[in-house]
Amino acid sequence: MRKGISALTTEPLIMRLFLVAVALAFVGVVIVLPIVIVFVEAFSKGWEAYIAGITNEDALVAIKLTLLVAVIAVPLNLVFGLAASWAIAKFEFKGKSLLVTFIDLPFSVPPVISGLIYVLLFGAHSWLGVWLMDHGVQILFAVPALVIATIFVTFPFVARELIPLMQEQGTEEEEAAVLLGASGFRTFYMVTLPNIKWALLYGVLLCNARAMGEFGAVSVVSGHIRGETNTLPLHVEILYNEYNFAAAFAVASILTVLGLVTLIAKRIIERKTKAFEG
Amino acid sequence: MKKSRFKQHSVLPGFKQTMFFTLAYLAIIVIIPLSGLFFHSADITPSEFWSAVSSERVVSSYKVTFGAAIIAALVNMVFGLILAWVLVRYKFPGKKIIDAMVDLPFALPTAVAGIALAALYAPDGWIGRYFIEYGIKISFTPIGIVIALIFVGLPFVVRTVQPVLEDLDPELEEAAASMGASRLQIFTKVLFPQILPAVITGFAMAFARALGEYGSVIFIAGNMPNVSEIVPLIIVIKLEQYDYAGATAIAVVLLLVSFLLLLVINLLQKWSMQRGAKI
Repeated sequence: MRKGISALTTEPLIMRLFLVAVALAFVGVVIVLPIVIVFVEAFSKGWEAYIAGITNEDALVAIKLTLLVAVIAVPLNLVFGLAASWAIAKFEFKGKSLLVTFIDLPFSVPPVISGLIYVLLFGAHSWLGVWLMDHGVQILFAVPALVIATIFVTFPFVARELIPLMQEQGTEEEEAAVLLGASGFRTFYMVTLPNIKWALLYGVLLCNARAMGEFGAVSVVSGHIRGETNTLPLHVEILYNEYNFAAAFAVASILTVLGLVTLIAKRIIERKTKAFEG
Repeated sequence: MKKSRFKQHSVLPGFKQTMFFTLAYLAIIVIIPLSGLFFHSADITPSEFWSAVSSERVVSSYKVTFGAAIIAALVNMVFGLILAWVLVRYKFPGKKIIDAMVDLPFALPTAVAGIALAALYAPDGWIGRYFIEYGIKISFTPIGIVIALIFVGLPFVVRTVQPVLEDLDPELEEAAASMGASRLQIFTKVLFPQILPAVITGFAMAFARALGEYGSVIFIAGNMPNVSEIVPLIIVIKLEQYDYAGATAIAVVLLLVSFLLLLVINLLQKWSMQRGAKI
């Protein structure tokens, strides 16, 4: 909390009102209106059209595929995040900051390039792609490529939430547990996990939101096979390009709810951690 | 017992296992595929590479992307600073909701943002119709690209400036005020220098994000060659035409610029922290 906001260190009332009005208008136009229009357009042709839009066969396939991709990608990145943060936060070794930089790297790679690298890796131009094709393994333009590209774009989420927190918490509690005879897993489960559970949940939520909503990377590797390799965001694109706007916004509304739920959960978790700290 | 100096001794178990898994997973998912891009670009002859990255259509996509990204990041810098200021310093109804909403561009899928913005700013859209009266078209022009990039970049400046504003020591301001400085003088001479590194860091982050953005832009951009095509779209188009060499060459250029920006952002963050430590 800021202490002592006196008349000396704040602006005149009219200036404050003006700045608040500018801020509200900016958030209203840039963020609130796009959310509102998603729902207005989604219901523009009535409830029945809305229900039809999200329950037709292609939409259901897209929902299932999106869930499948997230169910594989998120737990893998969760395990990775736990392993990486344990190694990085609880031990001192050379090259640590370089390793952290590499873990954060996928955030700096444009989504389209995140897809392109797998097209090059698994495509007909690489020896790996040729070898896979000879053995009848289809990765590109199929579910495996969607999963791998999603793992790439969501790679850092869990690790980057945990590493700073676990570094701050130090190693004393874990050392005490180990010296008292607890096994490594027991120490992690009984000592470390309770200390990091909210940050872990938060990382998983962000990872999941991005996994379900990723567009650019997935678009490049999917091949856009309708009813087969279209996730929800890709399905939105197809419907929109077919001028089927009501259905496009109906499907988009599912993703919008996902985004809003993620934001609300984030707030709840922040409140919990604040209560936990003090 | 003296082992290699790579790692300091610890009683905690599991270093080898977790480190091995971390490195293996990092190599398989990130390092090998990313370096593949550079290996592939080595197969392209220099003249092929040059003609791919310097054709007229590609050069105009650089201009569109850079121009729109800079304008959007500047808009976000000004309004992001105002937002952060208002959220930290003032009390008003709905403040917590506004604070939470700022993160929405991180949580909303880009394709959803793309179609929502395209609809809002279309000539018959809620906002677009007021501009079309004055002959200004937003959707399907480069202005639309700026709008989409403002949306995706909004949280960066707010979230970098907010914590710095919260940590400012009020004594400096009080001292300046008691010595007769006006509010404007205090802001420009006392406050602004302290938050400047954070403002620039946020600007650079918003700019970096904007350069690679794809999903939210392509719906509103109109994607006209030489007018409103962004660099990531050119990569996708080349891929659809099976021009892998061309796509790879342009991707290398875009990725190198992205990594350069990452380096700049890291240096800015260090500068920002040193500033904070000194004051």
